[in-house]
Amino acid sequence: MSDVYIVGIGIHPFGRTDGLSGLDQGVYAVRQALSDAGVDWQQLQFAYGGSDAAGNPDTMVERLGLTGMQFINVRNGCAAGGSALFSAQMAIKSGEFDLGLAVGFDKHPRGAFNALPAEYNLPDWYGEAGYMITTQFFANKITRYMHEHGISPTTLGRVAEKAFRNAVHAPHAWRRAEVPLDEIMNAPLVSDPYTKYMFCSPAEGGVALLLASEKKARELGRPLIKLKAATMRTRPPGSFEVFAPCIDIERGGSATNLASAAAFEAAGLGPKDIAVAQLQDTEAGAEIMHMAENGFCADGEQEAWLAEGRTEIGGTLPVNTDGGCLACGEPIGASGLRQVYENVVQLRGDGGGRQVPNDPKTAYSHVYGAPGVSAVTILER
Amino acid sequence: MHVIAEGLFTDEATPRLIGGRHRQSGRIVFPCPPGEEFEPWPLAREGKLWSFTVQRYRPKSPPYAGPEAFRPWIVGYVELPGEVIVESRVVGIGFDEVRIGMELELTLVPLDPDAANPIMIHAFQPKGASA
Repeated sequence: MSDVYIVGIGIHPFGRTDGLSGLDQGVYAVRQALSDAGVDWQQLQFAYGGSDAAGNPDTMVERLGLTGMQFINVRNGCAAGGSALFSAQMAIKSGEFDLGLAVGFDKHPRGAFNALPAEYNLPDWYGEAGYMITTQFFANKITRYMHEHGISPTTLGRVAEKAFRNAVHAPHAWRRAEVPLDEIMNAPLVSDPYTKYMFCSPAEGGVALLLASEKKARELGRPLIKLKAATMRTRPPGSFEVFAPCIDIERGGSATNLASAAAFEAAGLGPKDIAVAQLQDTEAGAEIMHMAENGFCADGEQEAWLAEGRTEIGGTLPVNTDGGCLACGEPIGASGLRQVYENVVQLRGDGGGRQVPNDPKTAYSHVYGAPGVSAVTILER
Repeated sequence: MHVIAEGLFTDEATPRLIGGRHRQSGRIVFPCPPGEEFEPWPLAREGKLWSFTVQRYRPKSPPYAGPEAFRPWIVGYVELPGEVIVESRVVGIGFDEVRIGMELELTLVPLDPDAANPIMIHAFQPKGASA
Protein backbone atom coordinates (compact mmCIF):
# COMPACT_ATOMS: atom_id res chain seq x y z
CA MET A 1 0.00 0.00 0.00
CA SER A 2 1.45 3.32 -1.06
CA ASP A 3 1.25 6.44 1.07
CA VAL A 4 -0.65 9.26 -0.58
CA TYR A 5 0.53 12.85 -0.99
CA ILE A 6 -1.14 16.07 -2.07
CA VAL A 7 1.18 17.54 -4.71
CA GLY A 8 -0.94 20.27 -6.25
CA ILE A 9 -3.75 22.56 -5.14
CA GLY A 10 -6.02 24.99 -6.95
CA ILE A 11 -9.06 27.04 -6.09
CA HIS A 12 -11.50 29.34 -7.81
CA PRO A 13 -12.48 32.07 -5.34
CA PHE A 14 -15.73 31.32 -3.52
CA GLY A 15 -18.73 33.61 -3.55
CA ARG A 16 -20.68 34.81 -6.57
CA THR A 17 -19.08 34.83 -10.01
CA ASP A 18 -21.62 35.89 -12.62
CA GLY A 19 -20.82 34.63 -16.09
CA LEU A 20 -18.88 31.57 -14.95
CA SER A 21 -20.61 28.22 -14.56
CA GLY A 22 -19.79 25.89 -11.71
CA LEU A 23 -17.90 23.72 -14.17
CA ASP A 24 -15.89 26.73 -15.39
CA GLN A 25 -14.82 27.31 -11.80
CA GLY A 26 -13.85 23.65 -11.43
CA VAL A 27 -11.76 23.81 -14.61
CA TYR A 28 -10.07 26.99 -13.34
CA ALA A 29 -9.16 25.19 -10.11
CA VAL A 30 -7.80 22.15 -11.97
CA ARG A 31 -5.56 24.30 -14.17
CA GLN A 32 -4.21 26.05 -11.10
CA ALA A 33 -3.53 22.73 -9.37
CA LEU A 34 -1.73 21.37 -12.46
CA SER A 35 0.43 24.45 -12.59
CA ASP A 36 1.11 24.23 -8.84
CA ALA A 37 2.28 20.62 -9.18
CA GLY A 38 4.13 21.24 -12.45
CA VAL A 39 2.30 18.50 -14.32
CA ASP A 40 0.15 18.36 -17.46
CA TRP A 41 -3.46 17.18 -17.67
CA GLN A 42 -2.18 14.43 -19.99
CA GLN A 43 -0.19 12.90 -17.12
CA LEU A 44 -3.24 12.37 -14.88
CA GLN A 45 -4.44 8.79 -14.73
CA PHE A 46 -7.79 9.28 -13.02
CA ALA A 47 -10.19 11.78 -11.48
CA TYR A 48 -13.05 11.83 -9.01
CA GLY A 49 -15.34 14.85 -9.24
CA GLY A 50 -18.08 16.10 -6.93
CA SER A 51 -20.88 18.54 -7.68
CA ASP A 52 -24.35 18.78 -6.18
CA ALA A 53 -26.12 21.30 -8.37
CA ALA A 54 -23.77 22.30 -11.19
CA GLY A 55 -23.75 19.38 -13.58
CA ASN A 56 -21.60 16.33 -14.25
CA PRO A 57 -17.94 16.84 -13.32
CA ASP A 58 -16.66 14.38 -15.94
CA THR A 59 -17.78 16.73 -18.70
CA MET A 60 -14.73 18.86 -17.88
CA VAL A 61 -12.61 16.48 -19.98
CA GLU A 62 -13.96 18.37 -22.98
CA ARG A 63 -12.29 21.50 -21.64
CA LEU A 64 -9.09 19.98 -20.30
CA GLY A 65 -8.30 17.31 -22.85
CA LEU A 66 -9.83 14.10 -24.21
CA THR A 67 -7.12 11.81 -22.92
CA GLY A 68 -9.48 8.93 -22.26
CA MET A 69 -8.73 9.02 -18.55
CA GLN A 70 -10.95 7.37 -15.96
CA PHE A 71 -13.27 10.04 -14.50
CA ILE A 72 -15.86 9.10 -11.87
CA ASN A 73 -18.57 11.46 -10.67
CA VAL A 74 -19.41 11.56 -6.98
CA ARG A 75 -22.77 12.72 -5.68
CA ASN A 76 -22.92 12.33 -1.94
CA GLY A 77 -24.74 15.30 -0.41
CA CYS A 78 -22.52 17.52 1.70
CA ALA A 79 -19.80 14.86 1.72
CA ALA A 80 -19.36 14.95 -2.08
CA GLY A 81 -15.90 16.53 -1.93
CA GLY A 82 -14.75 14.36 0.95
CA SER A 83 -16.00 11.27 -0.85
CA ALA A 84 -14.15 12.26 -4.03
CA LEU A 85 -10.99 12.68 -1.99
CA PHE A 86 -11.47 9.38 -0.18
CA SER A 87 -11.94 7.60 -3.50
CA ALA A 88 -8.91 9.25 -5.06
CA GLN A 89 -6.85 8.28 -2.04
CA MET A 90 -7.89 4.64 -2.37
CA ALA A 91 -7.04 4.60 -6.07
CA ILE A 92 -3.43 5.45 -5.20
CA LYS A 93 -3.21 3.54 -1.95
CA SER A 94 -4.23 0.35 -3.75
CA GLY A 95 -1.27 0.73 -6.10
CA GLU A 96 -3.54 1.04 -9.14
CA PHE A 97 -2.47 4.58 -10.01
CA ASP A 98 0.31 7.09 -9.24
CA LEU A 99 -1.23 10.46 -10.07
CA GLY A 100 -4.81 11.69 -10.10
CA LEU A 101 -7.31 14.38 -9.27
CA ALA A 102 -10.03 15.08 -6.72
CA VAL A 103 -12.13 18.04 -7.84
CA GLY A 104 -15.29 19.66 -6.56
CA PHE A 105 -17.33 22.64 -7.70
CA ASP A 106 -20.82 24.02 -7.35
CA LYS A 107 -23.10 26.95 -8.08
CA HIS A 108 -26.30 27.33 -6.08
CA PRO A 109 -29.16 29.82 -6.49
CA ARG A 110 -29.31 32.68 -3.98
CA GLY A 111 -31.14 32.26 -0.69
CA ALA A 112 -31.64 29.23 1.51
CA PHE A 113 -31.46 25.77 -0.05
CA ASN A 114 -34.91 24.88 -1.38
CA ALA A 115 -35.65 21.24 -0.68
CA LEU A 116 -38.78 19.26 -1.49
CA PRO A 117 -40.20 16.64 0.92
CA ALA A 118 -40.25 13.81 -1.63
CA GLU A 119 -36.46 14.10 -2.08
CA TYR A 120 -36.11 13.25 1.60
CA ASN A 121 -38.74 10.53 1.80
CA LEU A 122 -41.06 12.86 3.73
CA PRO A 123 -44.83 13.46 3.31
CA ASP A 124 -45.97 16.56 1.39
CA TRP A 125 -47.66 18.12 4.44
CA TYR A 126 -44.24 18.53 6.06
CA GLY A 127 -43.21 20.99 3.38
CA GLU A 128 -46.66 22.60 3.03
CA ALA A 129 -46.71 23.46 6.75
CA GLY A 130 -43.29 25.17 6.53
CA TYR A 131 -40.90 22.59 7.98
CA MET A 132 -38.56 22.05 4.98
CA ILE A 133 -36.20 24.70 6.27
CA THR A 134 -32.59 23.86 7.06
CA THR A 135 -32.16 26.91 9.31
CA GLN A 136 -34.93 25.66 11.65
CA PHE A 137 -33.00 22.48 12.24
CA PHE A 138 -29.66 24.20 12.89
CA ALA A 139 -31.26 26.67 15.28
CA ASN A 140 -33.16 23.98 17.18
CA LYS A 141 -30.01 21.89 17.46
CA ILE A 142 -27.90 24.70 18.93
CA THR A 143 -30.69 25.90 21.26
CA ARG A 144 -30.73 22.45 22.85
CA TYR A 145 -26.93 22.26 22.93
CA MET A 146 -26.62 25.69 24.58
CA HIS A 147 -29.22 24.64 27.17
CA GLU A 148 -27.41 21.39 28.00
CA HIS A 149 -23.84 22.70 27.97
CA GLY A 150 -24.00 26.33 29.03
CA ILE A 151 -22.97 27.99 25.77
CA SER A 152 -23.88 31.68 25.54
CA PRO A 153 -25.08 33.60 22.46
CA THR A 154 -21.91 35.72 22.71
CA THR A 155 -19.82 32.61 22.04
CA LEU A 156 -21.75 32.11 18.79
CA GLY A 157 -20.98 35.72 17.94
CA ARG A 158 -17.29 35.21 18.61
CA VAL A 159 -17.19 32.36 16.10
CA ALA A 160 -18.61 34.59 13.37
CA GLU A 161 -16.34 37.49 14.37
CA LYS A 162 -13.29 35.23 14.05
CA ALA A 163 -14.44 33.89 10.68
CA PHE A 164 -14.66 37.31 9.06
CA ARG A 165 -11.42 38.45 10.69
CA ASN A 166 -9.53 35.44 9.32
CA ALA A 167 -11.09 35.80 5.88
CA VAL A 168 -9.60 39.27 5.47
CA HIS A 169 -6.33 37.43 4.74
CA ALA A 170 -7.78 34.63 2.56
CA PRO A 171 -7.90 35.64 -1.12
CA HIS A 172 -10.33 32.81 -1.93
CA ALA A 173 -12.88 33.85 0.72
CA TRP A 174 -16.15 35.61 -0.14
CA ARG A 175 -16.87 37.92 2.79
CA ARG A 176 -13.55 39.53 3.57
CA ALA A 177 -14.46 42.46 5.80
CA GLU A 178 -14.30 42.34 9.57
CA VAL A 179 -17.61 42.62 11.39
CA PRO A 180 -17.53 43.82 15.01
CA LEU A 181 -19.01 41.52 17.63
CA ASP A 182 -21.78 43.93 18.63
CA GLU A 183 -22.88 44.29 15.02
CA ILE A 184 -23.03 40.49 14.70
CA MET A 185 -25.05 40.19 17.92
CA ASN A 186 -27.45 43.03 17.07
CA ALA A 187 -28.08 42.03 13.45
CA PRO A 188 -31.54 40.76 12.45
CA LEU A 189 -32.37 37.25 13.65
CA VAL A 190 -32.80 34.58 10.98
CA SER A 191 -33.70 31.73 13.33
CA ASP A 192 -33.16 32.44 17.01
CA PRO A 193 -30.50 32.53 18.43
CA TYR A 194 -28.77 32.97 15.07
CA THR A 195 -28.45 36.40 13.48
CA LYS A 196 -27.78 36.82 9.78
CA TYR A 197 -24.00 36.82 10.29
CA MET A 198 -24.10 33.43 12.01
CA PHE A 199 -25.28 31.43 8.99
CA CYS A 200 -23.26 30.68 5.90
CA SER A 201 -24.90 31.12 2.50
CA PRO A 202 -25.08 28.77 -0.47
CA ALA A 203 -22.41 29.99 -2.88
CA GLU A 204 -20.15 29.11 -5.80
CA GLY A 205 -16.61 27.94 -6.15
CA GLY A 206 -14.26 25.19 -7.26
CA VAL A 207 -11.35 23.32 -5.69
CA ALA A 208 -8.89 20.84 -7.16
CA LEU A 209 -6.35 18.64 -5.40
CA LEU A 210 -3.75 16.52 -7.15
CA LEU A 211 -2.82 13.31 -5.37
CA ALA A 212 0.27 11.21 -5.95
CA SER A 213 2.00 8.12 -4.70
CA GLU A 214 5.16 8.65 -2.65
CA LYS A 215 7.36 7.76 -5.60
CA LYS A 216 5.59 10.21 -7.89
CA ALA A 217 5.51 12.92 -5.22
CA ARG A 218 9.26 12.70 -4.73
CA GLU A 219 9.79 12.92 -8.51
CA LEU A 220 7.72 16.10 -8.64
CA GLY A 221 9.78 17.67 -5.88
CA ARG A 222 6.89 19.56 -4.24
CA PRO A 223 6.64 19.85 -0.41
CA LEU A 224 5.58 16.43 0.86
CA ILE A 225 2.10 16.84 2.33
CA LYS A 226 0.95 13.40 3.33
CA LEU A 227 -2.72 12.44 3.41
CA LYS A 228 -2.63 10.43 6.63
CA ALA A 229 -6.34 9.71 6.72
CA ALA A 230 -9.48 10.38 4.70
CA THR A 231 -12.72 8.93 6.06
CA MET A 232 -16.41 9.26 5.31
CA ARG A 233 -19.22 7.98 7.53
CA THR A 234 -23.03 8.01 7.67
CA ARG A 235 -25.16 8.53 10.76
CA PRO A 236 -25.62 6.10 13.66
CA PRO A 237 -28.95 5.57 15.49
CA GLY A 238 -30.21 8.49 17.57
CA SER A 239 -28.49 11.27 15.63
CA PHE A 240 -30.30 14.58 15.00
CA GLU A 241 -30.41 15.51 11.33
CA VAL A 242 -31.95 18.14 9.10
CA PHE A 243 -35.63 17.67 8.16
CA ALA A 244 -36.54 15.47 11.15
CA PRO A 245 -40.28 15.39 11.94
CA CYS A 246 -39.28 13.44 15.05
CA ILE A 247 -36.18 12.38 16.97
CA ASP A 248 -35.60 9.56 19.42
CA ILE A 249 -35.70 10.35 23.13
CA GLU A 250 -32.63 8.18 23.56
CA ARG A 251 -29.99 10.41 21.99
CA GLY A 252 -27.10 8.85 20.06
CA GLY A 253 -23.81 9.91 18.48
CA SER A 254 -23.23 11.45 15.06
CA ALA A 255 -21.67 10.72 11.70
CA THR A 256 -18.97 13.16 12.79
CA ASN A 257 -18.12 11.05 15.85
CA LEU A 258 -17.63 8.03 13.61
CA ALA A 259 -15.66 9.74 10.82
CA SER A 260 -13.43 11.49 13.34
CA ALA A 261 -12.63 8.40 15.38
CA ALA A 262 -11.85 6.43 12.22
CA ALA A 263 -9.56 9.17 10.91
CA PHE A 264 -7.60 9.48 14.15
CA GLU A 265 -7.18 5.72 14.25
CA ALA A 266 -6.01 5.54 10.63
CA ALA A 267 -3.54 8.37 11.20
CA GLY A 268 -2.28 7.02 14.51
CA LEU A 269 -2.82 10.47 16.00
CA GLY A 270 -5.11 12.05 18.60
CA PRO A 271 -6.84 15.44 18.87
CA LYS A 272 -3.93 16.86 20.91
CA ASP A 273 -1.54 16.18 18.02
CA ILE A 274 -3.42 18.47 15.62
CA ALA A 275 -1.94 21.94 14.96
CA VAL A 276 -4.73 23.48 12.85
CA ALA A 277 -8.31 22.43 12.09
CA GLN A 278 -11.00 23.32 9.57
CA LEU A 279 -14.38 22.32 11.05
CA GLN A 280 -17.78 22.44 9.35
CA ASP A 281 -19.35 25.78 10.24
CA THR A 282 -22.62 25.90 8.33
CA GLU A 283 -23.59 28.16 11.21
CA ALA A 284 -21.63 29.53 14.13
CA GLY A 285 -22.96 26.86 16.48
CA ALA A 286 -21.84 24.06 14.18
CA GLU A 287 -18.22 25.03 14.76
CA ILE A 288 -18.89 24.99 18.52
CA MET A 289 -20.54 21.55 18.50
CA HIS A 290 -17.99 20.13 16.09
CA MET A 291 -15.07 21.13 18.34
CA ALA A 292 -16.45 18.61 20.81
CA GLU A 293 -17.79 16.04 18.34
CA ASN A 294 -14.34 15.76 16.78
CA GLY A 295 -12.75 15.28 20.19
CA PHE A 296 -10.87 18.57 20.52
CA CYS A 297 -12.64 19.58 23.75
CA ALA A 298 -15.42 18.42 26.05
CA ASP A 299 -18.99 19.64 25.65
CA GLY A 300 -19.26 23.06 27.30
CA GLU A 301 -15.55 23.88 27.26
CA GLN A 302 -16.06 25.89 24.07
CA GLU A 303 -17.37 28.78 26.17
CA ALA A 304 -13.93 29.26 27.74
CA TRP A 305 -12.04 28.34 24.56
CA LEU A 306 -13.69 31.12 22.56
CA ALA A 307 -13.47 33.68 25.36
CA GLU A 308 -9.74 32.95 25.68
CA GLY A 309 -9.14 32.97 21.94
CA ARG A 310 -7.80 29.42 21.80
CA THR A 311 -9.20 28.89 18.28
CA GLU A 312 -7.71 32.11 16.89
CA ILE A 313 -4.83 31.97 14.37
CA GLY A 314 -2.32 32.33 17.23
CA GLY A 315 -4.22 30.10 19.66
CA THR A 316 -3.56 26.55 20.79
CA LEU A 317 -5.85 25.12 18.08
CA PRO A 318 -6.58 27.58 15.26
CA VAL A 319 -9.98 26.72 13.71
CA ASN A 320 -11.22 27.78 10.27
CA THR A 321 -8.21 29.86 9.35
CA ASP A 322 -9.70 31.03 6.03
CA GLY A 323 -13.03 32.02 7.60
CA GLY A 324 -14.69 28.68 6.96
CA CYS A 325 -18.15 28.39 5.44
CA LEU A 326 -19.27 31.49 7.30
CA ALA A 327 -16.91 33.67 5.25
CA CYS A 328 -16.47 31.50 2.15
CA GLY A 329 -20.08 30.38 1.64
CA GLU A 330 -20.96 26.80 0.90
CA PRO A 331 -20.80 25.44 -2.64
CA ILE A 332 -21.62 21.89 -1.57
CA GLY A 333 -19.40 19.99 -4.01
CA ALA A 334 -16.35 22.18 -3.30
CA SER A 335 -16.69 23.01 0.37
CA GLY A 336 -14.94 20.00 1.90
CA LEU A 337 -12.07 20.26 -0.56
CA ARG A 338 -11.65 23.95 0.30
CA GLN A 339 -10.86 22.90 3.85
CA VAL A 340 -8.14 20.55 2.63
CA TYR A 341 -6.82 23.25 0.27
CA GLU A 342 -6.54 25.62 3.23
CA ASN A 343 -4.75 22.98 5.28
CA VAL A 344 -2.18 22.42 2.53
CA VAL A 345 -1.60 26.19 2.37
CA GLN A 346 -1.04 26.22 6.14
CA LEU A 347 1.31 23.22 6.15
CA ARG A 348 3.37 24.75 3.34
CA GLY A 349 3.63 27.98 5.33
CA ASP A 350 1.93 29.95 2.55
CA GLY A 351 -0.88 31.45 4.65
CA GLY A 352 0.42 35.03 4.65
CA GLY A 353 -1.60 37.16 7.07
CA ARG A 354 -3.57 34.11 8.21
CA GLN A 355 -0.58 31.76 8.58
CA VAL A 356 -0.62 29.66 11.75
CA PRO A 357 2.67 30.38 13.56
CA ASN A 358 5.32 27.90 14.70
CA ASP A 359 5.46 25.79 11.56
CA PRO A 360 2.38 23.55 11.87
CA LYS A 361 2.98 19.90 10.95
CA THR A 362 -0.52 18.42 11.22
CA ALA A 363 -3.87 19.61 9.93
CA TYR A 364 -7.42 18.32 10.31
CA SER A 365 -10.52 18.91 8.18
CA HIS A 366 -14.13 18.00 8.86
CA VAL A 367 -17.31 18.19 6.79
CA TYR A 368 -20.81 17.50 8.05
CA GLY A 369 -24.17 17.85 6.36
CA ALA A 370 -27.33 16.42 4.89
CA PRO A 371 -28.51 13.73 5.09
CA GLY A 372 -26.33 12.87 8.09
CA VAL A 373 -22.91 12.42 6.49
CA SER A 374 -19.45 13.44 7.56
CA ALA A 375 -15.97 13.33 6.05
CA VAL A 376 -12.66 13.90 7.83
CA THR A 377 -9.07 14.21 6.62
CA ILE A 378 -5.78 14.46 8.47
CA LEU A 379 -2.69 15.82 6.74
CA GLU A 380 0.90 15.76 7.91
CA ARG A 381 3.99 17.43 6.57
CA MET B 1 -62.61 20.42 10.03
CA HIS B 2 -60.10 20.42 7.20
CA VAL B 3 -56.76 18.95 8.29
CA ILE B 4 -53.57 19.13 6.23
CA ALA B 5 -53.20 15.40 5.66
CA GLU B 6 -54.98 12.09 6.15
CA GLY B 7 -53.65 9.83 8.86
CA LEU B 8 -52.06 12.62 10.88
CA PHE B 9 -54.73 13.03 13.59
CA THR B 10 -57.06 10.61 15.39
CA ASP B 11 -60.78 11.04 14.76
CA GLU B 12 -61.67 12.12 18.30
CA ALA B 13 -63.31 15.16 19.88
CA THR B 14 -59.84 16.06 21.13
CA PRO B 15 -57.58 14.70 18.39
CA ARG B 16 -54.18 13.17 19.01
CA LEU B 17 -51.27 12.96 16.60
CA ILE B 18 -50.79 9.55 15.03
CA GLY B 19 -47.27 8.24 15.22
CA GLY B 20 -46.00 4.81 14.25
CA ARG B 21 -44.84 1.99 16.50
CA HIS B 22 -42.28 -0.40 15.07
CA ARG B 23 -43.88 -3.82 15.39
CA GLN B 24 -40.60 -5.57 16.30
CA SER B 25 -38.58 -3.05 18.31
CA GLY B 26 -41.36 -0.93 19.79
CA ARG B 27 -39.60 2.26 18.64
CA ILE B 28 -42.06 5.10 18.15
CA VAL B 29 -41.74 7.62 15.33
CA PHE B 30 -43.79 10.47 13.84
CA PRO B 31 -45.52 10.53 11.43
CA CYS B 32 -46.49 6.88 10.89
CA PRO B 33 -44.49 5.59 7.91
CA PRO B 34 -46.34 3.73 5.15
CA GLY B 35 -46.00 -0.04 4.98
CA GLU B 36 -46.40 -2.91 7.40
CA GLU B 37 -43.34 -2.38 9.59
CA PHE B 38 -45.02 0.26 11.77
CA GLU B 39 -48.51 0.22 13.30
CA PRO B 40 -50.40 3.49 13.81
CA TRP B 41 -49.88 4.72 17.37
CA PRO B 42 -51.82 7.65 18.86
CA LEU B 43 -49.31 9.85 20.64
CA ALA B 44 -49.57 11.51 24.05
CA ARG B 45 -51.23 14.93 23.94
CA GLU B 46 -48.92 16.43 26.53
CA GLY B 47 -45.18 16.85 26.69
CA LYS B 48 -42.28 19.14 27.47
CA LEU B 49 -40.49 21.52 25.14
CA TRP B 50 -37.14 19.96 24.13
CA SER B 51 -35.85 22.79 21.92
CA PHE B 52 -37.14 25.69 19.84
CA THR B 53 -36.38 28.52 17.44
CA VAL B 54 -38.35 31.21 15.65
CA GLN B 55 -38.98 30.96 11.91
CA ARG B 56 -38.35 34.58 10.95
CA TYR B 57 -38.67 34.50 7.15
CA ARG B 58 -41.32 33.13 4.83
CA PRO B 59 -40.37 29.66 3.59
CA LYS B 60 -40.12 29.21 -0.17
CA SER B 61 -43.15 27.99 -2.13
CA PRO B 62 -43.26 25.27 -3.15
CA PRO B 63 -43.25 23.39 -0.87
CA TYR B 64 -44.67 25.91 1.67
CA ALA B 65 -48.45 26.27 1.20
CA GLY B 66 -49.11 28.98 3.81
CA PRO B 67 -50.33 32.50 3.08
CA GLU B 68 -48.25 35.13 1.27
CA ALA B 69 -48.57 37.36 4.30
CA PHE B 70 -45.94 36.20 6.75
CA ARG B 71 -45.85 36.35 10.52
CA PRO B 72 -42.95 34.64 12.33
CA TRP B 73 -43.74 31.52 14.34
CA ILE B 74 -42.06 29.37 16.96
CA VAL B 75 -41.01 25.93 15.75
CA GLY B 76 -39.60 23.44 18.21
CA TYR B 77 -39.41 19.86 19.36
CA VAL B 78 -41.71 18.48 22.05
CA GLU B 79 -40.75 15.44 24.10
CA LEU B 80 -43.69 13.12 24.64
CA PRO B 81 -42.63 11.07 27.67
CA GLY B 82 -41.74 7.48 26.89
CA GLU B 83 -42.62 7.92 23.21
CA VAL B 84 -40.73 10.28 20.92
CA ILE B 85 -39.69 13.92 20.42
CA VAL B 86 -41.92 15.51 17.73
CA GLU B 87 -41.35 18.62 15.67
CA SER B 88 -44.14 21.16 15.99
CA ARG B 89 -45.10 24.78 15.95
CA VAL B 90 -45.52 26.26 19.43
CA VAL B 91 -48.37 28.75 19.86
CA GLY B 92 -49.97 30.82 22.60
CA ILE B 93 -46.73 32.15 24.02
CA GLY B 94 -44.44 35.07 23.25
CA PHE B 95 -41.05 34.62 21.59
CA ASP B 96 -39.36 35.93 24.74
CA GLU B 97 -41.31 33.68 27.12
CA VAL B 98 -40.75 30.28 25.53
CA ARG B 99 -38.44 28.01 27.57
CA ILE B 100 -37.02 24.52 27.24
CA GLY B 101 -38.80 22.21 29.67
CA MET B 102 -42.13 24.04 29.67
CA GLU B 103 -45.27 21.88 29.76
CA LEU B 104 -47.21 21.82 26.53
CA GLU B 105 -50.34 20.23 25.08
CA LEU B 106 -51.43 19.49 21.53
CA THR B 107 -53.75 21.82 19.66
CA LEU B 108 -54.69 22.47 16.05
CA VAL B 109 -54.11 25.81 14.37
CA PRO B 110 -54.95 27.18 10.92
CA LEU B 111 -52.13 27.31 8.37
CA ASP B 112 -53.75 30.55 7.13
CA PRO B 113 -55.59 32.31 9.96
CA ASP B 114 -57.42 34.56 7.44
CA ALA B 115 -58.80 31.72 5.31
CA ALA B 116 -62.55 31.02 5.39
CA ASN B 117 -62.16 27.27 5.69
CA PRO B 118 -58.55 26.98 6.83
CA ILE B 119 -56.31 23.96 6.58
CA MET B 120 -55.47 22.87 10.12
CA ILE B 121 -51.98 21.81 11.25
CA HIS B 122 -50.64 20.54 14.55
CA ALA B 123 -49.13 22.79 17.18
CA PHE B 124 -48.43 22.69 20.89
CA GLN B 125 -49.51 25.37 23.37
CA PRO B 126 -48.82 25.95 27.07
CA LYS B 127 -50.68 23.35 29.10
CA GLY B 128 -54.14 24.50 30.12
CA ALA B 129 -54.13 27.43 27.70
CA SER B 130 -57.42 26.43 26.11
CA ALA B 131 -59.16 25.63 29.43
